[in-house]
Amino acid sequence: MSQGNHPHPSEVTPEKLFMNRRAFMTKASVAGIGGALTVGGVLAATRTGSDKPVMRTTDDDLTPWETVTGYNNFYEFGTGKDDPARYAKNFVTEPWSIKVDGEVEEARSWSFDELVDGFTVEERIYRHRCVEGWSMVVPWNGIPLKDLIERLGPTQDAKYVEFTTLYDTRKMPGQMSPVLPWPYVEALRIDEAMHPLTLMVTGVYDKKLPPQNGAPIRLIIPWKYGFKGGKSIVKIRFTKNKPRTTWSEAIPSEYGFYANVNPEVDHPRWSQATERRLGEFFRRDTLMFNGYDEVAPLYEGMDLRKNY
Amino acid sequence: MANTLPPVPRSKKKDWVVAAKIAVWLVSLAPIAILVDRIFLSGQYTGGDFVDDPVELIQHWTGTASLIFLLTTLAITPVRRLASFNKANRFRRLLGLFSFLYASLHVFSYFIFDQRMQLGPIAEDVIERNWILVGFLAWLLLIPLAVTSTTGWIRRMGGKRWNRLHKLIYPIGVLVVLHFLWQTKLLETEPLVYASTLLVLFGLRWWVRK
Repeated sequence: MSQGNHPHPSEVTPEKLFMNRRAFMTKASVAGIGGALTVGGVLAATRTGSDKPVMRTTDDDLTPWETVTGYNNFYEFGTGKDDPARYAKNFVTEPWSIKVDGEVEEARSWSFDELVDGFTVEERIYRHRCVEGWSMVVPWNGIPLKDLIERLGPTQDAKYVEFTTLYDTRKMPGQMSPVLPWPYVEALRIDEAMHPLTLMVTGVYDKKLPPQNGAPIRLIIPWKYGFKGGKSIVKIRFTKNKPRTTWSEAIPSEYGFYANVNPEVDHPRWSQATERRLGEFFRRDTLMFNGYDEVAPLYEGMDLRKNY
Repeated sequence: MANTLPPVPRSKKKDWVVAAKIAVWLVSLAPIAILVDRIFLSGQYTGGDFVDDPVELIQHWTGTASLIFLLTTLAITPVRRLASFNKANRFRRLLGLFSFLYASLHVFSYFIFDQRMQLGPIAEDVIERNWILVGFLAWLLLIPLAVTSTTGWIRRMGGKRWNRLHKLIYPIGVLVVLHFLWQTKLLETEPLVYASTLLVLFGLRWWVRK
């Protein structure tokens, strides 16, 4: 997959489309954005004219491009929601390499192109729930993490997999502020990482992933709170023991290792029972595992109140 | 001739008050007009970025507006004394009412949009979360002040009692600032600016009184 051929987002998305929230929503639901959406049931895999596999897990309206790429939590570029879009503008993602080490057959560095070469990029329309209580519906483009992991060849001892975000204060000005212990590290249990829903994302809305969303490669685990999905990943490490993760280190009482979306387990400062879909006025009920019940067997017998 | 007061300066004086009152009303209602424009007319008249989360914008604007009006009412007495600008006093009750208006919009946007008017979850939230509790208390305490803000009520209560009741504005100011400080994830500058403004105003009043 070459990254250079994509047009700049502003060339593709006519600004008029976003002039009016309601008009946009209507257009989106009638025509399907970009003609890429096919109406399908939950978890229906369909094929479009471009021969790209599409998995649509919700019939809810898509969150508009402007919000998906303009309302971001990416503290590496600042703590405000519009800071990433503003300060990541000139973030260079070519060349990009990802170091792979730990419990793996061959520890080495992969270039981005080498890593994703030969895989079909799929479209996955997922709900995305932030621990802060807002949510989106996003048409991600990416490769199942499972396929990537098989390419990387972890050993039998790999029980966890850790993802590290780039640490470079010249490129990521937010890192000059000690709001979090940098670099940002997130991790999954290996069975969570191998779940077919877990997606290594390289694009959104059929366009190259913008820097503010974690270019060139970031993780999406749709049944977990958004912060579990590391962005601008430069290192993947397989481990025997549970890795330390950034938010659970920073505020252990508020953020745990699992961070599964769970309406019954409140954040100490707010309820997680409801969420606000960005652009809507009224909150809606939050679904267990963000509605992805098929992951429940991963946590069988676990106390989810303790393992928050 | 000497007994009759010249009528021209008098009406001029009144004109000034009317004009100032209109200006205060316009400025005070501007935040609502800007909100409506940004959320429903895509910022056609007032500009600004695409609004991703209209409710967050409403809550932030109404909360901030209420706090700014509250601080303005507190600033009037010291300004009046220091600048010998007695006319400022005419606007104190009006500005206080605007503080209450924005506080009510703020609270009701939370009741309606966040809690869908369900009393159970509202009560739970208020009891469990300190920052919501102090904000809610501040709004409750503002209610008697708003109700008694008319000239009729001042007459009925008598100036002394009325003044005593309206001293509630000091604890209310503290509660509102705490509400803002405790709401943020990390210590942010915006609530600190308002907290220090409140402290300066308290200091000024104490100093002016001496």
